[in-house]
Amino acid sequence: MRADLLTDAVDGLDEALAAVDGFDEVLVDGLLRPQPAQAVGPAGLADAVAGSPLAGRVAEAAEKTAAGAAGEDHFVALAAARTALLGSVHDALVVRAEEAVGRPRPEEIGTAPPGGAEHAVNLLVAARSWLCDLARAGWRGIDHELVAGASAVVSAMLPEPGLRRLAALLDGFAAELAASCPGATLEQVPVRRWADLWSRAMLLTLPGAVSAPAVAGVTGRLLPLGMDLQEHATAVQAQVHAVFEPADGGASRLVRASVSAPKPDSVVGAGLWQLLRPRLSLLAAVSEGRAMELDAMPVTAEGDLLWDDARARTGEPAEVFATARVALPTAVASPTAPLDRHPARIAVPVLLEGYGVEEGEDGPVFLVAGVRLAVDVDRVPAAGPLTPEAVAGSGACVGLLRWDAGAFVLQPLAVERTVRKKAVAVHAGAWAGGTSDKAGVRAEKAATDTVTVLRERAGRLLRK
Amino acid sequence: MGDGALSVWERSSTARVVPSARPRKLAKVPFVELADGRLQGVVSSGSDIGRVYVSSVEAGTYAFACSTNNNRPCGGARGSFCNHIRALVGEALLQYGVERVARYLKVEVSGEAADANTVTGAMVSTRPAQGDGSAAAQVFSRFLRHLAYLEFEPTTAPLPEMQWFPSTRAVA
Repeated sequence: MRADLLTDAVDGLDEALAAVDGFDEVLVDGLLRPQPAQAVGPAGLADAVAGSPLAGRVAEAAEKTAAGAAGEDHFVALAAARTALLGSVHDALVVRAEEAVGRPRPEEIGTAPPGGAEHAVNLLVAARSWLCDLARAGWRGIDHELVAGASAVVSAMLPEPGLRRLAALLDGFAAELAASCPGATLEQVPVRRWADLWSRAMLLTLPGAVSAPAVAGVTGRLLPLGMDLQEHATAVQAQVHAVFEPADGGASRLVRASVSAPKPDSVVGAGLWQLLRPRLSLLAAVSEGRAMELDAMPVTAEGDLLWDDARARTGEPAEVFATARVALPTAVASPTAPLDRHPARIAVPVLLEGYGVEEGEDGPVFLVAGVRLAVDVDRVPAAGPLTPEAVAGSGACVGLLRWDAGAFVLQPLAVERTVRKKAVAVHAGAWAGGTSDKAGVRAEKAATDTVTVLRERAGRLLRK
Repeated sequence: MGDGALSVWERSSTARVVPSARPRKLAKVPFVELADGRLQGVVSSGSDIGRVYVSSVEAGTYAFACSTNNNRPCGGARGSFCNHIRALVGEALLQYGVERVARYLKVEVSGEAADANTVTGAMVSTRPAQGDGSAAAQVFSRFLRHLAYLEFEPTTAPLPEMQWFPSTRAVA
């Protein structure tokens, strides 16, 4: 890996992020009665997209915002401008990351035509209205009453699978805001994060924004690389990163398979795997270290498999590090859909070997060809055998290259350690499909008890 | 404003704002939350399997309330915290950690040694007033909403937004 590329400056990055930061700071105090100094943020955003098709609408929105006269459409325009800017940051960083790992560049795609039915427009309107109230109040102006406004919208959205994206986002966002009320007494505001969540949610309220239709059915062999787990109090998603080898002998591709579910906040740890397991046979294959054979599995232009257990069967044993050494280098990534381009979305699978390890302030740091690469061990799921100690003692690592707060970081998915002169692999997602590990079995038992109690209570109380 | 002096945490898209809940046994207190300016939750009755108590303590004033799901007042919650409320505080500490609970309730306790007894003791010693129990219906409906989260089917369409919510080993 050309690790030096990961720390080199990226042209235009600081300028783009400065425009983003300028706008984000305005959201801290809110847009209800903007002070003169607050006009600078939206105006900076407008300047930054002046050469784009958004120019006119964003300039108008910035002006109205400065005058305290912005309506919902203006807020949408500002959210779009911010999203476009971070999209350009994403693109530059992805080019850099792929140069560093030496991966072939994917073909550019246009926007896929929206598919499927439009969803309850009234819910989208209600969500947008809540988000606009938030923007007016600002993060320092939030209180319990304002934040609680999201709850009815989320409840109405959750049963509708087509609205899960927005529902999961709003639910997680509102929970953070609620935990931070009243905003007036907050010591520190997660400025970029909340502006990210806000603008993302704003755009998802636009009809057609969430559409990601399947563009093909793929047949061939799926070789798992590792498991990425994402969760907030009331939602969880597991994503398996894998190399897909088409049966027709075409070029192999990097793909992802996802499974997600809403959850009660007391379901954690191994309980997450239990929730997701029944819907994705791939989780068991990952735990058993096996490939899967796919038959006409639907895939989106972004490389997301829309998993259907009926189109997959368990295949031969497939060792992750063998996959990473043999199949990963030539696998082609898919381009990211325009609306999904954001630095937080970057997750480039990579194999690292022959690095040194240092203990940094926030966990281990890998020394790769003289470059320090921070390792985000905090992202490794607690219900699994991979520990920060195992990462620190490793000689090879399969991970996801990510970018946050100005720097690339490595999220470990699996490591190889030498035990009695033999290479032993430890996987972050090893318990996803179940485990016979002693600690794992205990965690499974505790999680089963939690769900049993909740189901018993639900059975007695819910339908009365 | 706009001076570009944001800290790393402030510039992070995936900064952790709310730590994960810690696993705990739910048999006695199936539901606890810090919401609406209260520590509130549902405590299973020790004697009647079909009955639960809805208990709450208000942040700052520690005004307390406890009643059954059928709106009968709890006999123990006269004058001071009943055992349901004490159990609720204890389980909240397990789920969220003493620091977060104390901060939310605005209870002054010192550092590491603080536990359910010290937190409860600090609140009781202020001789808090009995609340009017008007929140009970709302708390109970939030509990039912919480239970309903078990009923939704998992989906395999990707949720790109979850990239902002990475799993974390750190717990409350």
